[in-house]
Amino acid sequence: MTEAVIETRTEEPERPRSKLLPWKVSEGFVAALPIIILLFIGFIGPMALVLIYSFMPRGSFSIPGSPSLENYVDIVEQDFYISFAWSLFLAFISVVILLIVCYPLAVALRRIKGRRAHLLTLLIVAPLFVAENIRLQGWVLFFDKGGFLDGALKVVTGLETGSLVNNVPAIVFGICYIYLPFMLFPILLGLGNVPREAREAAYDLGGSRWRVFRDIELPLAMPGILIGSLLCFVISLGAFNEAKFLGKGVIVTVAQDIESAFTFGQNWPRGSALSVLMIVLAGSAVWLAMRRVNLDRMLGRR
Amino acid sequence: MGTIDRLLTRRLLAAYIAVILVIMYIPMVIVGLASISKSRFFLFPMKRTSSKWYEMTWDSLQVHESFLTSLTIAVCVALISVILAFFGALAYARYDWRGRKLFQQVLLIPIFFPQAVLGLALQLWFNSIGIQMSWQSTVFAQLVWIVPIVTLVIAIQAYGYDSAVEEAAYDLGASRWQIFRTITLPLLGPGIFAGFLFAVLLSWGNFPLAYFTSGADVTVPEWLYGKMIGGYTPMVPAVGLITVVLGGIILAVGLTINGMLQRRD
Repeated sequence: MTEAVIETRTEEPERPRSKLLPWKVSEGFVAALPIIILLFIGFIGPMALVLIYSFMPRGSFSIPGSPSLENYVDIVEQDFYISFAWSLFLAFISVVILLIVCYPLAVALRRIKGRRAHLLTLLIVAPLFVAENIRLQGWVLFFDKGGFLDGALKVVTGLETGSLVNNVPAIVFGICYIYLPFMLFPILLGLGNVPREAREAAYDLGGSRWRVFRDIELPLAMPGILIGSLLCFVISLGAFNEAKFLGKGVIVTVAQDIESAFTFGQNWPRGSALSVLMIVLAGSAVWLAMRRVNLDRMLGRR
Repeated sequence: MGTIDRLLTRRLLAAYIAVILVIMYIPMVIVGLASISKSRFFLFPMKRTSSKWYEMTWDSLQVHESFLTSLTIAVCVALISVILAFFGALAYARYDWRGRKLFQQVLLIPIFFPQAVLGLALQLWFNSIGIQMSWQSTVFAQLVWIVPIVTLVIAIQAYGYDSAVEEAAYDLGASRWQIFRTITLPLLGPGIFAGFLFAVLLSWGNFPLAYFTSGADVTVPEWLYGKMIGGYTPMVPAVGLITVVLGGIILAVGLTINGMLQRRD
């Protein structure tokens, strides 16, 4: 049953090629050129510079210098791996929680039909447009001692929660809250690849709920789930505000280390070396997973 | 599955959506409450409310300037990114060309990238090539992140239309410019508009990129950050709520226009 469904989905008709212009190959390139230039000046250039700086001697503020590995040695010797471990832990746990929260949410939104589903999705995603620090400040006022939760509980039950911020669970909560839309959207797109008929047919053939989920829904929705997880993993690896506002220094993340190296520390090469390590970590995860996903199909090319 | 079973599932799922929705908006509500609290530090339940923090906000020259800066940046970013992304989306979704797969993948990297690191890298870059940082450099920094997103938004629209229409027009003797003006542009219109909206809102709410690349100029999120770190005042939630409401209005107006655009087709 399952095999048959997947097979019919993968058999895509060859798209008729555009016969518009003889110089077809370069047409796309010309259209992409402005963005390619933007990314060269605004992304690849700066990243190359960061890479070069990471091999400069400690505390240099200009490029010519004898290359060395001392920044990387420093990172290993001066316990910077602790902040790497924290960042990795935060990113991992947040992805797991977000998967558990967002999958049923996406399923629920898929069940609703028509304009209402669009509206609800929009309402969930809209907070994305409010600056992160405003929303985090809101949570601090909610969870802090004397804040909304503490005060309301005292009035209703007489109990007090005290301060629930400035700890690791609060940071995890903040990360999950901020990045929820980034997990929800790809999963929604992924679930769009599961045809209704396939699920219904499986039920008709006597498949249990669990079997239908495991053998039909999950494999077909996998690209979306994968992209969502990856996206959330990578952005929460760079989490910075969450630890600052909801954690108030209980732990230090890599992004905070990088910031302090560049600002108070005045040690550009160290900040660069830390950035390079983080980029390598995030980049390899993205690259590995993206090779398995067909973007054309995800976004609905016909 | 029995009908009762199905009904129960539906109820549960609906309740779940409602819970998540409430959670998404709790911080905004709290920020709103804090902004009308009379006391300097927010304590719930609030003893007295007052509008004095809004009056102070209204009178603050710094706040005025930061709103103007944020708005200027958002408009510049949105205009430039829509133009770049329009052509980018055609290259992304419409044309078959050799570098297309690579282009599609590379385009995602800035979106996936930790913004604090991108901001710092750009700061280093601007410093090294000797550019004085100001709101203009922030426009550039945000373009690196927003153009790819807007490209994706327009690309989704571009996937949805049939290129045979263009070919038919070409066969009937229309010029490239005519095809572009009378077919491509109107068909992509809703996507372009949605992209513009996205760009304005993302730029309006962006903090990390602006923080590291704006030099002496201060955007609204930066002003808020400064106050949060350097000494809380209820002007923080007041300004916060104003930006939330403004963002909401832009979104609502935008969606109405978008709905009209979609219906026209």
